[in-house]
Amino acid sequence: MKNKYSIFSLIKNAFSQHENWKQAWGDPEPKREYEAIIIGGGGHGLATAYYLAKKHNMRNIAVLEKGWIGGGNTGRNTTIIRSNYLWDASAGLYDHALKIWENLSQELNYNIMFSQRGVMNLAHNLQDVRDLKRRTHANRLNGIDAVWLNTDQVKKFCPIINISPDIRYPVLGGTLQRRAGTARHDAVAWGYARGADEMGVDIIQNCEVNGIKRNGDHVEGVETSKGFIKTKKIGVVAAGHSSVIANMAGLKLPLESKPLQALVSEPVKPIIDTVVMSNAVHAYVSQSDKGELVIGAGTDAYVSYTQRGSHDVVEGTLKAILELYPIFSRMKMLRQWGGIVDICPDASPIISKTNIKGLYFNCGWGTGGFKATPGSGDLFAHTIANDEPHKLNAAFNLNRFVSGDLVDEHGAAAVAH
Amino acid sequence: MFLINCPYCGERDQSEFSCGGEAHIVRPKQPTELSDDQWAEYLFMRKNIKGVQFERWNHVHGCRKWFNMVRDTSNDKIHAIYKMGEKPPVE
Repeated sequence: MKNKYSIFSLIKNAFSQHENWKQAWGDPEPKREYEAIIIGGGGHGLATAYYLAKKHNMRNIAVLEKGWIGGGNTGRNTTIIRSNYLWDASAGLYDHALKIWENLSQELNYNIMFSQRGVMNLAHNLQDVRDLKRRTHANRLNGIDAVWLNTDQVKKFCPIINISPDIRYPVLGGTLQRRAGTARHDAVAWGYARGADEMGVDIIQNCEVNGIKRNGDHVEGVETSKGFIKTKKIGVVAAGHSSVIANMAGLKLPLESKPLQALVSEPVKPIIDTVVMSNAVHAYVSQSDKGELVIGAGTDAYVSYTQRGSHDVVEGTLKAILELYPIFSRMKMLRQWGGIVDICPDASPIISKTNIKGLYFNCGWGTGGFKATPGSGDLFAHTIANDEPHKLNAAFNLNRFVSGDLVDEHGAAAVAH
Repeated sequence: MFLINCPYCGERDQSEFSCGGEAHIVRPKQPTELSDDQWAEYLFMRKNIKGVQFERWNHVHGCRKWFNMVRDTSNDKIHAIYKMGEKPPVE
């Protein structure tokens, strides 16, 4: 590695006031032609490029990003990682990702601050209890760690939770996945970008795709703000803007794009050392290493590309947070933001070929794509390189909306989508 | 978040309404003759436009009546609101 990060390089660079660190990735101008082009320089897109170069030896490729890398949903999510999904197909997909997460810092030689602090999902009514217990069993049959906690065990695991039976949504128990946790989202994008760049991938920022050139049933290239670029393979990883890119190719997708909000509080001393999610009241909270509470809210119930979100959604989330954690009642919120998420009718992603040759889509991650970043990149790279899906993403094809073989994770996942 | 001028009740907060998605998707007249592709198109495929889009809305916490709206999804600006059955305005 040309610029390996280690304790020795840290000491060495300390002597020169840290002014001589090499740039982690380049700023190239686009070539006229690439073997493959990835549209979207978020975590999933950069991971796709990284695995295309590393595992499939496709080095003459480019990632096109309309803004700066990691500036979209990669930098806007609440960084939660877990794999406790109900259905076998989802469990396979998300646990594949979780296994890569566990060694990712070492593999990338980049500290992504992966922290397996556990994710706890609360049950507030009898149906929640039945659903979550069922999911716990399904997880364990799929080799995914999951345990059921009763109310006292929930309290012991996270002492600031209000377990009073008199609150509107009392805590009747919960599930815990100890291997789950969080990671630093920016570092994931930066680590993959650095790794891909080192293998010769061109990461081209501030380069917006304005059109996809088709010749009959196959693609020929992309029109961008930096001119036309020729290619035979295009992988679209544009999250909330997937439909916009699809429309350029004359394709319709089963997606709706909606703003999803999150917010962080002022920083405080360590108070919550895990991630707690609640499906019924749609509130989830963790604490960043800086000390901010990281709170995820819900989506607006209408299509919008505004990256803002409505105030009433945040109000609803904070009401639930305050009932569950009265200790937070006097905390001030520091920032609020929105990202545009592309939601599939079955709340599962699409990692798939299309009926246009050379055009591939990785989209529909909805409200929970961050956790899948490494697995998604790996499987999408496989799909692009071999022109057919890996067995782990075969179920997540676009054709399932025609065949009816949906992967219905609506409500079955740990948080309502 | 925005205000919506309900054609029956007047201007109200958006949180009183629920969005029914893309408007003017016509239910197939001969459902038994549809292929799987045509069903998928009708059931799942959406334009999901960034820009001016035609939508159905319901004043669910008000008069509970449905109506149509022309809204720019890139800035949430409402261009027109018209009742069910009326012809969509030409932009």
